[in-house]
Amino acid sequence: MPKSSGYGLLIDYEYCTGCYSCQVACAQEYRWPAGMSGIRVIEVVERLPKDREYLVYLPFPTELCILCAPRTKKGLEPSCVKHCMAACIKYGKIEDLAKEMGKKPRMVLWSPRA
Amino acid sequence: MTENLEVVRTTTWSAGPGCHGGCGVLAYIKDGKLVKIEGDPEHPWNQGRLCARCLAMTQYVTHTERLTHPLKRIGQRGEGKWQQISWDEAFDLIEKKLGKIRDEFGPESVIFSMGTGRDIGPWICLLAYAYGSPNVMFALSGIACYSPRIAAVDTVQGDYCVLDASQWLPARYEDPRYKVPECIIVWGYNIPASCPDNVFGHWIIDLMKRGTKIIAIDPRLTWFASRAEVWLRLRPGTDGALAMGFLNVIINEGLYDREFVEKWTNSSHLVRSDTGKLLRESDLAKDGSPDNFVAWDTKRGAPVVWDSSNVEYRLSDVQPALEGSYEVNLFDGTRIPVKTVWSVFCEEVNRYPVERVSEITWVPKDDIIKAARLYARSKPASIHWGVPIDMTPAITPTVQAIAALWCITGNLDVPGGNVISRFAFDAVAYALPGAKGVIKLKSKEADKKRIGASRYGPLNRFIWRAHTDLALEQIFTEEPYPIKGMWIQTCNPVAGIGLDPKKWVEAIKKLDFVVAVDLFMTPTTQLADVVLPAATFLEKDGIRSWWVPLQSINKAISVGECKPDVEINFELAKRFDPDFRWKDIHELFDEIIKPSGMTFKELQEKGWAFPPEGHPSAPYHRFEKGLLRPDRKPGFQTPSGKVELYSSIREEWGLEPVAHYEEPPFTPISQPELYKKYPLILSTGRRSPAYFHSEHRNIPWLREIEPDPLVEIHPDTAESLHIGDGEWVWVENWMGRCKLKAKVTPIVPRWMVMATHGWWFPEKPAQEPHLFGVMESNVNQLIPMGFTGKDGLGAPIKHLLCRLYKVSGSEGTENA
Repeated sequence: MPKSSGYGLLIDYEYCTGCYSCQVACAQEYRWPAGMSGIRVIEVVERLPKDREYLVYLPFPTELCILCAPRTKKGLEPSCVKHCMAACIKYGKIEDLAKEMGKKPRMVLWSPRA
Repeated sequence: MTENLEVVRTTTWSAGPGCHGGCGVLAYIKDGKLVKIEGDPEHPWNQGRLCARCLAMTQYVTHTERLTHPLKRIGQRGEGKWQQISWDEAFDLIEKKLGKIRDEFGPESVIFSMGTGRDIGPWICLLAYAYGSPNVMFALSGIACYSPRIAAVDTVQGDYCVLDASQWLPARYEDPRYKVPECIIVWGYNIPASCPDNVFGHWIIDLMKRGTKIIAIDPRLTWFASRAEVWLRLRPGTDGALAMGFLNVIINEGLYDREFVEKWTNSSHLVRSDTGKLLRESDLAKDGSPDNFVAWDTKRGAPVVWDSSNVEYRLSDVQPALEGSYEVNLFDGTRIPVKTVWSVFCEEVNRYPVERVSEITWVPKDDIIKAARLYARSKPASIHWGVPIDMTPAITPTVQAIAALWCITGNLDVPGGNVISRFAFDAVAYALPGAKGVIKLKSKEADKKRIGASRYGPLNRFIWRAHTDLALEQIFTEEPYPIKGMWIQTCNPVAGIGLDPKKWVEAIKKLDFVVAVDLFMTPTTQLADVVLPAATFLEKDGIRSWWVPLQSINKAISVGECKPDVEINFELAKRFDPDFRWKDIHELFDEIIKPSGMTFKELQEKGWAFPPEGHPSAPYHRFEKGLLRPDRKPGFQTPSGKVELYSSIREEWGLEPVAHYEEPPFTPISQPELYKKYPLILSTGRRSPAYFHSEHRNIPWLREIEPDPLVEIHPDTAESLHIGDGEWVWVENWMGRCKLKAKVTPIVPRWMVMATHGWWFPEKPAQEPHLFGVMESNVNQLIPMGFTGKDGLGAPIKHLLCRLYKVSGSEGTENA
């Protein structure tokens, strides 16, 4: 089994608004053609009791995500993190992000292929 | 990638992302070409963030379909046959053709048509006014985007205001002068997808993270609705009733700011019970001024004159009555009953008990009460609204009600409230509601022929545009004078801004000469005689003083022979106006930003600048400090100097002076017979993060986000109509039909569908009859022109009726 890079993305999906900046920022950074990107936004509308619903957008790092190694080597944030309009994506060491994850609900921590 | 890179710092403002701009960006240029664009981390507006449309600029600027040379039509109109010509040839041809129309029919016979504001207003006015035409037209029915809201707010309080998200303060949220709003009412506004009206949408997210609670008002389960403390799922078009319901709760529960009401509104002024008009000094004394109003002094038990020009009572030590009925003697000896404005206002408000409001709006009564209390008890609280407020015929009474909310709760021009928004440093390019700019029509005489100016009050006081619905009619009737030409810039009436688009096609074809300025061929440019290639924001110098900060737009690249709108219009304006007084565009920019004390070059070096505290364009509490009025007296720029809960301007126009609700023209309530045939409410125009109105369908990174024109339909409704997710359906009403793809989702209520707008297919054939397939899916075919409000503003765009049925076999394959 390949080892994790030890780095990941922490997504606060309470605040992700589905703006798709991450998806297009990634495509721009790596000049992917349409249909390819290192991160993709998923929409989930969950129906709840009493005729209510909750709308979630969730950025998902795809097989093309390399955690922006060329950028982070230079001390820059990954492109998706930098441009996220809601500032809801965080890059860092998985163990640090895991601690942060405990601070509030509605978070996911991704460890991409990288 | 880092080698030989030049980085240009600039400001977004269409074209490109298409939006209303304001974001600071860094453009990375290599060998004169854009290789990457990023948000500017030092810019206080977006703080390094950037939206999908701007991040897709590399696909936009060098797109293979980009117009890069002027084109002249060589076939029939719409036949799609073009010849490349030089700029000189294009300018000569336009000068000759438009010159001939001006000689034969007068300059007013050419309409200068624009789409949504952005960086075009001043430059289209520059050209139209140099040519001599007063007919600058925003091509939407009822001018129903933003201007009506500004005009209506100016009617109430003399200056516009917006959500205070600390945008006036360079240090933003950290500035000690700022307060995070405890609550924001997000009224008909969808965050992920839009930054309308010069507010960066995600500022509200920043505030939510800092503790702001949200009240969401929207028929759809928007992102905000999903996260709101209270979500009011109202029937589209009933916003006015809801606002009256809020006022009802707030006033009857005593949750308003009595001091503000007494001191800063015209609540104490008297209204004649015999005529229903404001009592004026001229009613009491023969030589009294009709501009002065009257209050009841409880101390003396007698009427007292409010001197509007001095913004004070004639007598000192007055104790004006807030409520009650009194009797006064007119100068002719007649004795008449009068009431205070506050009493009249409360009587109107009391016609909207929450039970009735619940019946009108379809919002549960308890939710209305809960929301009203939360808003009124939060200090500070703010209201941020979207375009649905404009997109109803009774826009002005609706705005009067909403503006009354922020006024009577003491949230006007306070930190974290609704803050008065003026152009940075009062640097104004052209006449807008509430501001007179550098670029002007030469004479008042020339303005007399402006279409609709003599008919609609707001068009003579706030909005210096031609009335769109009347203009379209006039093209056909030729009364009172013929329209012979059209200049169409940043504007796509056939696919986007035009309601009843087939009528627009017919109208454009009827004209003798049509010029279109755009970045790509569109369904509209296909109908022109000359098409000129415009530049993106990266290809131009410019200025932006829309609220704050004052910013420069700095040219980073050139593409083909494309020219910025301002340069195109400047060249032609010089040709049409022998008295044209600017040498070059930088000299024009210098004059516009002169109030800032900077030249354009100096501004470019700084990038952006904030007006200092104490400047009339910087907050807070300006009405107390005497910063709003030209005479520097405390108060507002209204006829009385006060916030007018009873509008003297509306009274002058012969319209209802007090906030109220009017049922829109095509609803289940106003059209019960039509509703039987068309049993679903049709709302249109929900925003997409991928597109700005009719733009960007040809940008691959954006098109993949939303490949097809969608109609959102509730799962239960879809099931009853045997419509599955992703199936093509016809959306139809008495006007026509369009073909959209069903997105089955519970985010819409069972009784409403939401149709996306602005659709055409750049991949389809350009020439007629195709026009890029625009009539297949353009939902505006279901919306009529000509149903504006009594004051000429607003249009029923968000609340029509329709029915849905599946597209049958062969019909469906075309788009699928």
